[in-house]
Amino acid sequence: MEGDARDSIRERVDEVYRTESRRVLATLIRLLGDFDLAEEALHDAFMAAIEQWSAEGVPANPRAWLVSTGRFKSIDAMRRRARFDASLGELAARIEAAAADIPEPDLDAVDGVDDDRLRLIFTCCHPALPADAQVALTLREVCGLTTEEIAHAFLTGAPTVAQRIVRAKSKIRDARIPYQVPARTDLPDRLDTVLRVVYLVFNEGYSASSGTSLTRHDVSAEAIRLGRLLVELLPEPEAMGLLALMLLHESRRAARTTPDGELILMDEQDRSLWNRGQIDEGAELVGRALASRRIGPYTLQAAIAALHAEAPSASQTDWTQIVGLYDVLARADPSPVVDLNRAAAVAMRDGPQAGLALIDAILARGDLADYQLAHSARADLCRRLGKTDEARASYRRALELTRQQPQRRFLERRLRELKPGV
Amino acid sequence: MKYLCLIYDEEKKLGGMSKTESDAFMGEYFAFTEGIRKSGHYVAGEALQPVQTATSVRVRSGKVSTTDGPFAETKEQLGGFYMIEARDLNDAIQIASKIPSAKLGTVEVRPVVDFSTQPQA
Repeated sequence: MEGDARDSIRERVDEVYRTESRRVLATLIRLLGDFDLAEEALHDAFMAAIEQWSAEGVPANPRAWLVSTGRFKSIDAMRRRARFDASLGELAARIEAAAADIPEPDLDAVDGVDDDRLRLIFTCCHPALPADAQVALTLREVCGLTTEEIAHAFLTGAPTVAQRIVRAKSKIRDARIPYQVPARTDLPDRLDTVLRVVYLVFNEGYSASSGTSLTRHDVSAEAIRLGRLLVELLPEPEAMGLLALMLLHESRRAARTTPDGELILMDEQDRSLWNRGQIDEGAELVGRALASRRIGPYTLQAAIAALHAEAPSASQTDWTQIVGLYDVLARADPSPVVDLNRAAAVAMRDGPQAGLALIDAILARGDLADYQLAHSARADLCRRLGKTDEARASYRRALELTRQQPQRRFLERRLRELKPGV
Repeated sequence: MKYLCLIYDEEKKLGGMSKTESDAFMGEYFAFTEGIRKSGHYVAGEALQPVQTATSVRVRSGKVSTTDGPFAETKEQLGGFYMIEARDLNDAIQIASKIPSAKLGTVEVRPVVDFSTQPQA
């Protein structure tokens, strides 16, 4: 009986950990001014919860209880550590003073808690931190992934990830990167960095479609969760655009590969496998972002993805509107990859010859000479035009540039399917 | 907290300026320095003679060796510095971004160690 009660308290604590631990951590970092102290305090607070909640029941506001307990435990630990080492006398005095300075948390302020989560996101994605550290730190602190999980997702070693996180935390401390949401004037630039980190995490999970696909899918799901959190905390149009873009890509996951992991291109996918719920949510977000009239690159890409998602087939897609959106995107955020995608859309609207001329012009500029997708897109158009030799040469070039196994098998299959050359 | 802003310029680019251009550039520096003096961020600041005047000094096995030039040849050279007092890195970045050379070269912002608050390990 007593054992049952303890088990149910443990379950309750686990549940609170899942839903509240990141919020509690975000607030503790602000109150204690240090990531490591806050993590220790979070751990201590949950240890105390298992014990005390068994005896006294779960408090009415577990989050407030955890924040205040964590803060108390941390100050207590600082004092104790100072007392055991006489040489730390001066430090102890300073810590006492610092402890007195730590403000009492405003336990009812829900807004304050949300602010802390935004502070945490913006601090983890501070542009003064290296890009790979921004990603690792965000997944660790904001999403609560373990170092091992992050290492697995990015196919690196756990020690490498751990070192990135340690270095990032020391830089935050030593260079005094402030724990704050940027001022309105800096917000657009800083938000860009945050969105880039989220999209990077998403793509890491999305582009992988080989043996490790299961765990990598979790990475995409984590990116979508981050995207939702951002939209909830900071409903800026581009945050909505990015979330929409991720949902619309993700909606096709089940249709992108055969059961044995072979790649299926969009025009050959079984559209009944597309996730309608994600498509509807994505399309609705695109609508909201477009209505803001502050339209950025993520929103434009999402609008294109929404047109694909809503079309019953490749041939019944509104290619005219897609080409138009690529024109706007090419002005807002010019890149050779955007030009390539636009060329593919033009090929669908005006026929393969028109698309091929555009791709050849892009390749002639030398921009995408080593970009696999440029050569495979060219090969595909040549194939459709019956230019078998050119198609073969471009598939081979694409194959040389591809390392991903499913991509390679796809290209090899296409090569085999070409009519024998003369 | 103190930050050192190390100013790296391309001496060639500065040397290639016309008299009017370089006067205007110096004017921007005077205005900037005046601004951070007024705002209370200024601690110190100097401009350096060109890198050709640099001497590197090393002591190895008790022997002093002096060589011409800086430690490493780079495209941009250290041309001056400001020591500033700033609230945090964001504040320091704000100020560094207004140093006239930030538009032409690079400003490296380095936090200064405060030994009075470092735990004595």
